[in-house]
Amino acid sequence: MEFPHALLEGLIATAAFLAPWEISPSAMLLSGGALVVYWRGLRRVPSDARPSLKRRIAFITGVLLVYFVMQTRFDYLSQHMFFVHRLQHLVLHHLGPFLIALSEPLATLASGLPPRIGSGIVRRIWRLPVTRISYRIVQNAFVAPLLFVGLIWFWLTSRVHFNAMLSAPLYWVMNWSMLIDGLLFWVLILDPRTRRQGALLGFGPRIFLVLAAMVPQILIGAYITLAEQDLYDVYAVCGRAWDVEPLQDQRTGGVITWIPAAMMHAIAAVILVGRWARTDKNRPDRVSVSSSTCAGGA
Amino acid sequence: MRRFAKWTAAAMIAVGLLSGCTSEPPWRTHDIAGLVPELSFALTDDRGRSVSAKDYRGRVTLLFFGFTHCPDVCPTTLARLAETLRSIEAGRDDVRVLVVTVDPARDSTAVMHQYVQAFGSQFVGLRGDAAALDALTRRYRVTYTLGKPDAQGNYEVTHSTAVFVFGRDGLARLMFTPKDTTAAIAEDLRRLILASNHPKG
Repeated sequence: MEFPHALLEGLIATAAFLAPWEISPSAMLLSGGALVVYWRGLRRVPSDARPSLKRRIAFITGVLLVYFVMQTRFDYLSQHMFFVHRLQHLVLHHLGPFLIALSEPLATLASGLPPRIGSGIVRRIWRLPVTRISYRIVQNAFVAPLLFVGLIWFWLTSRVHFNAMLSAPLYWVMNWSMLIDGLLFWVLILDPRTRRQGALLGFGPRIFLVLAAMVPQILIGAYITLAEQDLYDVYAVCGRAWDVEPLQDQRTGGVITWIPAAMMHAIAAVILVGRWARTDKNRPDRVSVSSSTCAGGA
Repeated sequence: MRRFAKWTAAAMIAVGLLSGCTSEPPWRTHDIAGLVPELSFALTDDRGRSVSAKDYRGRVTLLFFGFTHCPDVCPTTLARLAETLRSIEAGRDDVRVLVVTVDPARDSTAVMHQYVQAFGSQFVGLRGDAAALDALTRRYRVTYTLGKPDAQGNYEVTHSTAVFVFGRDGLARLMFTPKDTTAAIAEDLRRLILASNHPKG
């Protein structure tokens, strides 16, 4: 009778881990709401217009990952271990939004919203000049990568990082700014449409942009990884979740900032090149991918 | 790099705004005003009395999380604070150093009493049950861990090294870390004792 007992203990430990560390109604509402609206959307859309299984899995995984890093005990570990914090931001700024953007969920989400909210409130807000102009500004080819890299850099400034880890409201602002900016950036980059079909940027500029945004992240990651002094003493000051040498924690965090983040950019570039080649092939007016389109686009 | 310089400037301004920075000269230790909630707790002191944050209103209050079996950080930090307090003449009796044990299983009221008395009359030992302790560590976003006991029943404890400093009004003002020099701590503490003497400060 050993096994059921161990199983029960395991279940209890898992449940305790999955319980929120600090309840955030906004995170719960948004991820729960996204899943419900998406599910409703799937049921309403005719079966031939439904997103593929791959896209559905990408969306649900993205939302669940974001929820997991924000609303489970993972969040406690993120507050008290630098490298777990870097994993949390990798999910909030890269992996989660990347998967969500890749799943192109907007059409499904729109049909899942009750008409009064969907075509009533949301569409009206979206059509406001203020919304459209601010969206154009943050999604500008220069502003978007600057925001993306700038936010990583900003929250990793020693003093800012110290304060964000100490103050509950600042910590909240930090994580939400990363998530929102991640969604904006990857929706811009992974837009399946061409410039002509309505994407804000052509494939060429987007490939350039996603690769350019990789470089500063490599520099920040390498700087943290190779630093000989403790850059983020807030973890020593407030206590680590378990006993790890500060520099070992910092180096692991640096590698996470450096390599997986850069890889996501490389993967995005590969996806974009593939899409670009495909749309080019499908266009009868063009025979082959010429280098002039690339230069013209960028 | 110019972009980075701009971001640095923006960051500095943001930090200034966020920390409620005004034209006053900066503190030499960490300014945490507005970042951390006001002092609040319900624990038992080293004389066995139930105490709360209200009992320390009107005094400059320092909050530290430690344990009496602590080999290095706690005695060093507390000895440094004791030394600093000795160097401050005016108003040092208006200061209370609250030492909250993260190891209440081994640190009984009597053990705590004996421990804090060694540092001076301004030192108070506080203990509570796991729920009260966890509420307090969560409030100040610090953590501690108790290791698995070995054959002799000894275990490793990790904890925060920070000293949270609250003004006479109970609002968070400063944080001392092991990096801060004794001179910096003494200067800021003196300034805080004087500043909060006047309602304006």
